[in-house]
Amino acid sequence: MPDSAKGGRFTRSQAFSGYVMISPPFIYAVLMLGAPLLAVIILSFLTDGSGAERIIRQFTTANYVEALGDPLNRLLWMRSVFVSLMVTLATVILAFPIAYYISFVVRPEKKSLWLFLITIPFWTSYLIRVFLWKVILGYSGVVNSALLGLGLIDEPLQWINYNVGAVILTLAHAYAPFAILPIFVALEKIDRSLLEAGQDLGESKAMTFLRVTLPLAMPGVIGATLIVFIPTVGDYVTPQLVGGPEGRLIANMIQLQFLKLDNYPLGSAISVITMVIVGVISLLFLLANRRFLRGQR
Amino acid sequence: MTAVPDAKPMIEIRDVHKYYGDYHALRGINAVINAGEFFSLLGPSGCGKTTLLRTIAGFEDISSGAILIDGKDMHEVPANRRPTNMVFQSYAIFPHLTVEQNVGFGLRKDPRSPAEKAKAVAEALAMVGLTGFGTRAAHALSGGQRQRVALARALILKPKVLLLDEPLSALDKKMRETMQEELIKLQRQVGITFILVTHDQEEALVMSDRIAVMFEGEIAQLDDPETLYRRPNSRRVAEFIGVMNFVPGKVLSETAGRIELDVQGLGRCQIAPAQAPAGGRATGEISVGFRPETLTILYEGQAASDRECMGTIAEVVYFGDMTYYDVKLDGVDRPVRLSMRNVPGRPVLDLGVRTRIAWSPGALVLFR
Repeated sequence: MPDSAKGGRFTRSQAFSGYVMISPPFIYAVLMLGAPLLAVIILSFLTDGSGAERIIRQFTTANYVEALGDPLNRLLWMRSVFVSLMVTLATVILAFPIAYYISFVVRPEKKSLWLFLITIPFWTSYLIRVFLWKVILGYSGVVNSALLGLGLIDEPLQWINYNVGAVILTLAHAYAPFAILPIFVALEKIDRSLLEAGQDLGESKAMTFLRVTLPLAMPGVIGATLIVFIPTVGDYVTPQLVGGPEGRLIANMIQLQFLKLDNYPLGSAISVITMVIVGVISLLFLLANRRFLRGQR
Repeated sequence: MTAVPDAKPMIEIRDVHKYYGDYHALRGINAVINAGEFFSLLGPSGCGKTTLLRTIAGFEDISSGAILIDGKDMHEVPANRRPTNMVFQSYAIFPHLTVEQNVGFGLRKDPRSPAEKAKAVAEALAMVGLTGFGTRAAHALSGGQRQRVALARALILKPKVLLLDEPLSALDKKMRETMQEELIKLQRQVGITFILVTHDQEEALVMSDRIAVMFEGEIAQLDDPETLYRRPNSRRVAEFIGVMNFVPGKVLSETAGRIELDVQGLGRCQIAPAQAPAGGRATGEISVGFRPETLTILYEGQAASDRECMGTIAEVVYFGDMTYYDVKLDGVDRPVRLSMRNVPGRPVLDLGVRTRIAWSPGALVLFR
C-alpha cells in the first residue's frame, strides 16, 4: 500500500517533527491573536444597535466614515503618533549609550549583572510604575515639594503633570529596557577587530563609531524603534493616569467606545484604523532603513 | 634572503616592556627592523608576538621603552596616525560595505577626486587579483578573498609598515601556500616593510628575510632563516624550528679555533666555535644537536665523505618524496631521526635492518 507507506514516512520525517514542535504555540497564536483580531475586523463592519440588540448583523462602512470624519479622532491619532514618535526617539537615544556602555565598557563577566539590573523595573507592575510617576510629578508630588522646600518656586508647577509631556516621560521610562536589549545584542555582535580596523585605516574613534559601529548597530536600533513605537501608540493606562484632559490618546477613545459608550463597531473601526496607521508608519520606516537590514553575516 | 646591507632602520624597538596587571607580557624587547624587510615574529601562542605587533600598530600601550617608526617616537601617537596598516587575523572586513567600499575605507581624507580614488581602488583590487569583485557584498566572499580585500585595503594607503597578524592561519593548506608565494611577490613589488606574526615555523622560514623567535615575552633569537635553522642558539629554538636530534657529549678541550668533543656513539670529533652559537665556555657534560637530513644512510658501494657509524632501523615513516627513519645508533641511548630523499636506487629500508650511516662533525651544533 503505497499511500500508507508514504504517510508513515511523513510522520517520521523531520518536517513532521518540526510541525509537531511549532503547533502548540501556533495554535495558541491563532486563538489568542488571530481570532480576536478577526473579530475586531468583523465587528468594525457591523451596525451598532441599542438596548437588547447591541450589535446588528448588517454590513456597513458607516463606522469608518464616522471614525474618520470625527475631528476629535483625527486629533487623537495625530497626538498618539506624535507621542509615540517622541517616546521612541527619547527611548532609543537614551537607550543607545546605556547599551553601548554595557557592551563596550562593562567587563564581560559583569554584563549579565547589568542586564539583570536593567530588568529590575519589570519586577513591579506597570500600573505601579505609572502611579510612581504620578507621585513624582503630581501637584504635591516629589518634584514640586522639593522645589518648594528649596524655595526655588512659590507655588507648585502645574505644567509637569497631566499633559502630553508627562505621558512621554512616563512611557519613555517604561519602555527603556525594551530598547536597550535589542541595541545591546546588535552591539555585542560587532567584531571588535572591526573597530580597530577603522582606526588602523586612519579614522578617529568618533569617526569609526559613525562609519562602523553605528551602521552595524542599526538592526538593533530599528528593532528597538519598532518595539517601542508599536505598543506605545496603543497605550491607554499612562495617558489615563498622568495625561490629563489634553494628554488623552486614541487608545482612551477606543476604551471609551467599548467600555463606556458600548459602541463596539465604532470602537473596532477606530482600532483597525489605528492598526493600519501603525502598520504603514512601521513599514515606511523599515523601507527607509532596508539597506541596514540586508544580509550581514 | 638575507637583509639588504646598509639598509636603513624602519622600526626600532628599544627595551619595550608591557604589563597586563601583574602579567609581564613583553620583557625587554630590542630589535631593529629595516626598511623593505620581510620580518617575522615567530613563537608559540602566548609568547607575546601578537602583543608586540599590536604595540607597533598602536592598539596597545607599552609600559616602558620606546618604539620608533621611521625615526619618530610613537609614544602617544594613536593607531590612526601611525604610518602602519594591519591585516587582522580575522581580516576585519566591514560586513556592511561592499568590497570597493572596504578597500576605499581609508581614503576618506585623501584629497584626490572621487574618480581618482575609484581608480586607486581598482588598481589595489587588481594587485591582489580581485578585479571585478568590487561591487560584491563583503559577506559573500571566501576566506582567501577576504584576505585579499584586507591586503588591498591596507596597501592602498601606502603605509611605511604593513603588519600581518597570522594572516594565513584561517586558510586551508593549498590556499596558504599560494598566499605565501603571493605575499612574497607582493612585498617585493611594493617594497614596504612587512612584519608578520606567525606560530608556523615553516611559514616564517619560507617568507622572511629575518625572524625573531619569541618565548615568554622575550626574543630568544633574531636571525635570518638559514642561521636560525642551522645554528639555533638554544635547545628551545632548535626544537621549535624543525626537528633536531640531541645526543649527550663531553667537551674535551677548547681553544680559540677548535672545540674537541666526545659525542656518545659518534666518538671524538672537532668542531668550529661557530657551531656553539649559544656561546659560553664550559667543559664537561653538554648536548650535541644535529638535523635529520645531516645523517645519510649508506647503500651498497657508497662511501661516507666524512665520518661513518652503524645503526639499526627502529621506525620507518614514509612520506612519498621523503622517508623518515628512527635509527638506533650503536652506542647512543635514544634513537635519532634521519630523513632520506626517496630517489631511484635507494629502496626504503625495513624495520630492524642494520645499516651504515654517514655523518659530519660540521653539521653538529653544541648546546651547553
